[in-house]
Amino acid sequence: MMRELKILAVVVALTLITYWGVEPYAHSQMHPHVADADYTFSDKDGLNGLKGDATAGQVLVTTNCTACHSIKSEGYPEIMDHASSAAAYGVTPPDLGSAGKLYNADYLAAFIKNPAKASEVSHKFVDGRSHPMPGYAWMQEQEIADMVAYLQSIAPEEMSNKEVFVDACQRCHSIKYADMQKGTMAAFTPDENIKAYMGKLPPDLSQHIKSRGHAYLETFINQPQKHLEGTAMPKVGLTKDSQDQVIAYLEEVGDSSKAKREELGPKFLIYLAIFAIFAFLWKKSKWRDVH
Amino acid sequence: MAKFEKADSVGEWLDQRLNLTGLNKVMMTEYWVPKDINFLWAMGVLLATTFTILIISGMILMMYYKPDINLAFDSVNYTIMQEVAFGWLFRHMHGVAASVIFLIIYIHMFTGIYYGSYKQGREMIWISGMLLFVTFSAAGFSGYMLPWGQMSYWAAMVITNLFSGVPIIGDALVVWIRGDFNVADATLTRFFMLHVFLLPVAIMGIIALHFYTLRIPHVNNQNSEEIDFDEEAEKYLSGNKKESKVIPFWPVFISKDFAVLGIFLIFYFYLVFFHYNFAMDPVNFDPADNMVTPAHIYPEWYFLWSYEVLRGFFFDIAGFKAFDIGLIAFAFANGIFLVLPWLDRDPAILPAHKRPLFFIWFWILMADLIVLTVYGKLPPTGTNAWVGFFAATAFIVIFLVLPIITKIDAKRRGSL
Repeated sequence: MMRELKILAVVVALTLITYWGVEPYAHSQMHPHVADADYTFSDKDGLNGLKGDATAGQVLVTTNCTACHSIKSEGYPEIMDHASSAAAYGVTPPDLGSAGKLYNADYLAAFIKNPAKASEVSHKFVDGRSHPMPGYAWMQEQEIADMVAYLQSIAPEEMSNKEVFVDACQRCHSIKYADMQKGTMAAFTPDENIKAYMGKLPPDLSQHIKSRGHAYLETFINQPQKHLEGTAMPKVGLTKDSQDQVIAYLEEVGDSSKAKREELGPKFLIYLAIFAIFAFLWKKSKWRDVH
Repeated sequence: MAKFEKADSVGEWLDQRLNLTGLNKVMMTEYWVPKDINFLWAMGVLLATTFTILIISGMILMMYYKPDINLAFDSVNYTIMQEVAFGWLFRHMHGVAASVIFLIIYIHMFTGIYYGSYKQGREMIWISGMLLFVTFSAAGFSGYMLPWGQMSYWAAMVITNLFSGVPIIGDALVVWIRGDFNVADATLTRFFMLHVFLLPVAIMGIIALHFYTLRIPHVNNQNSEEIDFDEEAEKYLSGNKKESKVIPFWPVFISKDFAVLGIFLIFYFYLVFFHYNFAMDPVNFDPADNMVTPAHIYPEWYFLWSYEVLRGFFFDIAGFKAFDIGLIAFAFANGIFLVLPWLDRDPAILPAHKRPLFFIWFWILMADLIVLTVYGKLPPTGTNAWVGFFAATAFIVIFLVLPIITKIDAKRRGSL
């Protein structure tokens, strides 16, 4: 018996050393650690502590923004269909109805002032190319704060995971496993436009919860450049809650069997433990005669 | 024709025609196994069980899998993983079993090496076992291509490309294997055929051969004691069970196997449910894309040691191209275990701890294989490349010195 345990210890030790080497250690070498996600966006030139006035903001938003952006919840419909607006701007502009909830207020202010800079994709807009949304840095700081206050005032309190994904991600990304039959979860911007705009087709996100995993998605969505220097994916400025909802949605769609798996697993293990006990008892009874 | 009496029961009826009682004795109740064994002797039954799991789960997966580059990825990751009831369970079972079976194969193999169970009459056991290793490797590789993810595609690209190193016919050989100039639909469908038909059939045949090769030389034991199986069986059958050095396969030997199997299955199903990423690489959940090379391409863990022998030779030596040296070393690594019985020049069968130099040799080999495995996954740059080079060189040297050190062991003992 002692000998068997010693042998088992050697087998287990060698297995664990090998496992450690090819999994945790190898992955730590291939994917160097990055700093945790920062949801304060304090490095951005945002509100700078100003409080906005939603009523003043309403006038500014409806005169400056609705030429391109819809705000369907407030009665400003889309002026063109997705394909036409993509052809006009390069990418389908977002509806602003939920922007005040999805995006961090400081980020939103910084984005309005200088979209390319705030989203950390200035490297894409060189040689006469410019971001499809013009910057509003010429406005007063207070006016920017007012617009942010207005967007926050019209944003819904609660959104489903799917609604967050649709508003935050689907202009560029498809997630076809969410609707294989009807195909409603394709990216709003047609492939050819988004390819021209981004340089390549942004990936379908159906399996990103599997291929990237929680930890990577958290830091990547928060700041893409941290993992992929030079990527065309903008920093989108999602609040922690919104980003958690996006990741939860990726999991609902990409790993829909998770709940079943976690429920069934322990049951399997209990049955197998019972099998192992009976097997040991049987072994004991059979070997009693031969020892 | 033999005369048949009227049978009194179905069992007797069958017995008259098939001699089931005789068969049961030969295969089970009077198939003798040494008593002096430890749990490492249960690996055969663990492998048979894991292989059965692979066959059953594989058949179920095949009902929904579509071997077509446009459909394969979604048929696995959508249809099987999310739509079919328990599809995810069978996919996890299949993927994890494919990985775990290699762990058990390696334990089985190194048990054989440690106890010297490959020589002096047991060569065919060893050779048929190594043939199983080769066919299982081919099955693992071909199966890994089927989900048509990024790693499926690029591993297939890298490995099939190795054949271009074969002199003269290399390039034509690569095209012949792929069925196209690139890894493409034709490659997927032929690897599907290999994976679900030719290789499983070959494996089942070789398993039968492997079992049969045990019949005449018999299974080795912990102290490599030479046993007169007929005499010991006689003792056992006459009721002298405690003194007999053998036990019947059924039920005594198998009862111990089942106990070990119980523990193994808990471990295996824990992995299936809660810890499967090691066997189902995240990179492979990106669909295959021939325009985007993954940042790191590596094979499954069980191929890493030989992969590292291949890429360990990363610079030209004396006019020989690095690629060619690596390829020769790779061929050496994959072939050398097959001739192990003839590299060991010690005529005695003994466990490694009774062979002083061989004992050291064995643990150096184990250490080198682990180093090769770990560095086979790491990016081959800087120090890593040199560790790979030295570990790969060491691997070759380890086998070159085996005949010498086994001879010295034998001489010191007085066996030569």
